[in-house]
Amino acid sequence: MTDILERAKTQVLDGGIGLSYDELVEVLQLPEDQIPELLELAHAVRMKHCGPEVEVEGIISLKTGGCPEDCHFCSQSGQFTSPVRSVWLDIPQLVKAAEETAATGATEFCIVAAVRGPDERLMTQVREGIKAIQEAVDINVACSLGMLTQEQVDDLAAMGVHRYNHNLEAAKSYFPQVVTTHSYEERWATCEMVREAGMELCCGGLVGMGESLEQRAELASQLAELDPHEVPLNFLNPRPGTPFGDLPIMSSQDALRTIAAFRLAMPRTILRYAGGRELTLGDLGTRDGLLGGINAVIVGNYLTTLGRDADEDLALLADLKMPIRELAKTL
Amino acid sequence: MTTYCAHCGQPGEARDHTVCDVQLVMEPPRFCTSCQRRMKVQVTPRGWSAACVEHGVLTS
Repeated sequence: MTDILERAKTQVLDGGIGLSYDELVEVLQLPEDQIPELLELAHAVRMKHCGPEVEVEGIISLKTGGCPEDCHFCSQSGQFTSPVRSVWLDIPQLVKAAEETAATGATEFCIVAAVRGPDERLMTQVREGIKAIQEAVDINVACSLGMLTQEQVDDLAAMGVHRYNHNLEAAKSYFPQVVTTHSYEERWATCEMVREAGMELCCGGLVGMGESLEQRAELASQLAELDPHEVPLNFLNPRPGTPFGDLPIMSSQDALRTIAAFRLAMPRTILRYAGGRELTLGDLGTRDGLLGGINAVIVGNYLTTLGRDADEDLALLADLKMPIRELAKTL
Repeated sequence: MTTYCAHCGQPGEARDHTVCDVQLVMEPPRFCTSCQRRMKVQVTPRGWSAACVEHGVLTS
């Protein structure tokens, strides 16, 4: 075992303390022949500090497209020539999507809107939507509605929102290359307000956007400092018409190193497979990641693209003998 | 009659759409194949719908 893996075993597996930035850089630089050993260690850390259960979530876009922000990876920005058109989902369709998600065994249903932050119209739609879901389906409701004011944070908490997603997206040093219409600090401020209001914080990012290995380690360290309940890990799926539309797809080996590094940075977090895994990792890589630190998945489709068939993911979890976390244990 | 690629919106005969066809395995259609209009697309956890104002709604 290499020096960094020996140290990680002692510090993270035995001690439950995440690796530092410098140590994460070392992990991300491990040669390809060390990846199986790295994944094995990350899996052992996950099993010891989180257990074998996997948290399953479905997501839905309540308001698609037409976003005023310029997140360079996103096909929903109104500033790019993406083919994605603006569309709103009505409440009966929202409830139907929640019911379909719950039928997979999922315990989380996340309502997402492509906005800078919610206006009164969106808050009203969210309020009515959550009420309708709560009356019809036994599932935790999460939201991702952009940057919030304190009043909106308090409103969402009062509506019974279980978890709020607001990603850092990228390392602080790379953020200006990804977004120019708002700042990293504004994102951080929303995350802190969410947690202080008593909602669970879901905060992750994307990799494969042209950042360096050091910036990947920086993102993991900054997320560890924020200490969210859940970290969704996205791999760039280059979208036509966006500034990142011509970037190459991240290699599966780098994706697996990143998964393991994030687990070694945050031994106790819910580390979720989010967008782009199908493209970056394929079926075999998806399995490797679940045996390399991942303990949560988004099942079914994403916001504007399609995912693996939910039944395939559920069959994979059964094959790996990883039980789906039940609702009672998440409350 | 001209038909259009559901992924890129270009005429079917204008170029090779093999890559578009591969993309459409993991993406809903974005353009109406009859009139080239951008469609209003709603993706849900287990399906999608794509609406053309002229030619109606497609579903998964």
